[in-house]
Amino acid sequence: MHALRPDLAVIAANVAPGSSLLDVGCGDGTLMQALRDDKGCDARGMELDPANVGKCVAKGLSVIQGDADKDLAFYPDQSVDYAILSQTLQTTMRPDKVLQDLLRIGRKAFVSFPNFGHWRVRLSLFWNGRMPVTRLLPVPWYETPNIHHLTINDFRALLKERGITVEGRWYLSGDTKCSAAAANFRAEHAVYLLSRKP
Amino acid sequence: MATAPIAHESQVLELADPLPLDGGQSLSGVRIAYEAHGTLNPAKDNAILICHALTGDQHVISHHPKTGKPGWWVRMVGPGKPIDTDKFHVICANVIGSCMGSTGPASPAPDGKPWGMRFPVITIRDMVRGHVALLDALGIEQLHAVVGGSMGGMQALSLAANFPERARSVLVLASTARHSAQNIAFHEVGRQAIMADPEWREGDYYAHGKGPEKGLSVARMAAHITYLSEEGLTAKFGRRLQDREEKTFGFDADFQVESYLRYQGLSFTDRFDANSYLYITRAMDYFDLAEEHGGMLARAFAKSKARFCLVSFDTDWLYPTAESRNVVHALNAAGLPVSFVELSAPFGHDSFLLDVPALDRVVEGFLNQ
Repeated sequence: MHALRPDLAVIAANVAPGSSLLDVGCGDGTLMQALRDDKGCDARGMELDPANVGKCVAKGLSVIQGDADKDLAFYPDQSVDYAILSQTLQTTMRPDKVLQDLLRIGRKAFVSFPNFGHWRVRLSLFWNGRMPVTRLLPVPWYETPNIHHLTINDFRALLKERGITVEGRWYLSGDTKCSAAAANFRAEHAVYLLSRKP
Repeated sequence: MATAPIAHESQVLELADPLPLDGGQSLSGVRIAYEAHGTLNPAKDNAILICHALTGDQHVISHHPKTGKPGWWVRMVGPGKPIDTDKFHVICANVIGSCMGSTGPASPAPDGKPWGMRFPVITIRDMVRGHVALLDALGIEQLHAVVGGSMGGMQALSLAANFPERARSVLVLASTARHSAQNIAFHEVGRQAIMADPEWREGDYYAHGKGPEKGLSVARMAAHITYLSEEGLTAKFGRRLQDREEKTFGFDADFQVESYLRYQGLSFTDRFDANSYLYITRAMDYFDLAEEHGGMLARAFAKSKARFCLVSFDTDWLYPTAESRNVVHALNAAGLPVSFVELSAPFGHDSFLLDVPALDRVVEGFLNQ
């Protein structure tokens, strides 16, 4: 078994064995490797950083250097069981369009993101009056890759507005799951499994 | 470690059957000169075919018989190297149309005289047909991988498209699925330089002891510029003068870059046949893998089950990254497992031959799966 970041562990636990998937922003391929080795999945990836692509290729993974904002357009419709976007939505130029592409390429999509509505973030902003720098968001505003911060409630509103179906959702505080009640306040991370109504 | 010459004679295979060509003719008595390194395992499934570039040859790691220089890819191929001859049986064959032992325009035609311009125009796919005939003769049904940079990458793609069962992995470096107008234009400059040389004699120069060396040299000079980057040329030469303090107000090679190019051009004529240069550049210009498959590049790979890896370089303006991406998108559309990375290197198109450690890691990682 591979040791996975908590949000990736949730995704890995809920992917059907033997399924096909596209991991967008796959980093060094840890999740893909786990799903290939432990669940026999046919995993493909996309990653912006060439050094990470090199690491993936060395693991025998098929990964394309590309940008979620530009290069998802070249993937055929409904070509994988799952499109996965972990901790990347908030770094894209147009998160709504990326989400749309994920659900076009994958029959289902896993999306995980850090929750900007977490109480620690709120307190930091409230007391200091400055953009929060927390354990989960450790980079100051001027060099953070997170250009579209969102809260869980923001995400819920977007799903509703676009008519996207929630198939599953998990909220994480540190390494432990927390309940949906007051998740927007208490969860540091959210993981959603989404689909589009046929 | 000192580089000791690898004593290695090229082997030459004469094909029993005529080789059919895209141009409609077929070529009898075709010879293919090749080298093989490393041991072919009993299952015959550890072979890697390396396809060489325009002016390359089969001497991938052995010394060149004419120049005495080490093989053209010694930094990538050999024992313990990214393409490891301790693990793989590495084959490299001189393409047909070339001049290092495989049948080309300098070879004798059925009438005993050199073919010259009577040699049929060949294509990249014809070169690949030659490679496949060699694999047949060697009893290798399926390659572990086919690997190539530049024109070698075109052969690798063509093999994957036209002989999909012959390779399990396809590694394509600094290459393209079709020649652009700019690519064709540069080649045409080279061909016209050769043909404008009176010593070319309509290609019938072999009996005269002297060929169109000036023309071939100019062709090589023009082409050589396209293999380098502006950044690389500036770093290497800038505007520095060659062995002099002042400009001469004449047309000697005042600048280092001029002297370098003249040397590159001249030394090329010692090892390469001008007619081969015409034929091979033509084959590259005719290359358009999508056109061969009804205009849809994805369709070219419809029957493939191979895994692919493509690498481009950020300073390569001959076959820029967009060309590799074009292939990657087609492979994606065909649902094939493909990896792609654009590496940063200062050397332009030639980066695939030079010291780029990130490339070594990708090549080794991809081939060792």
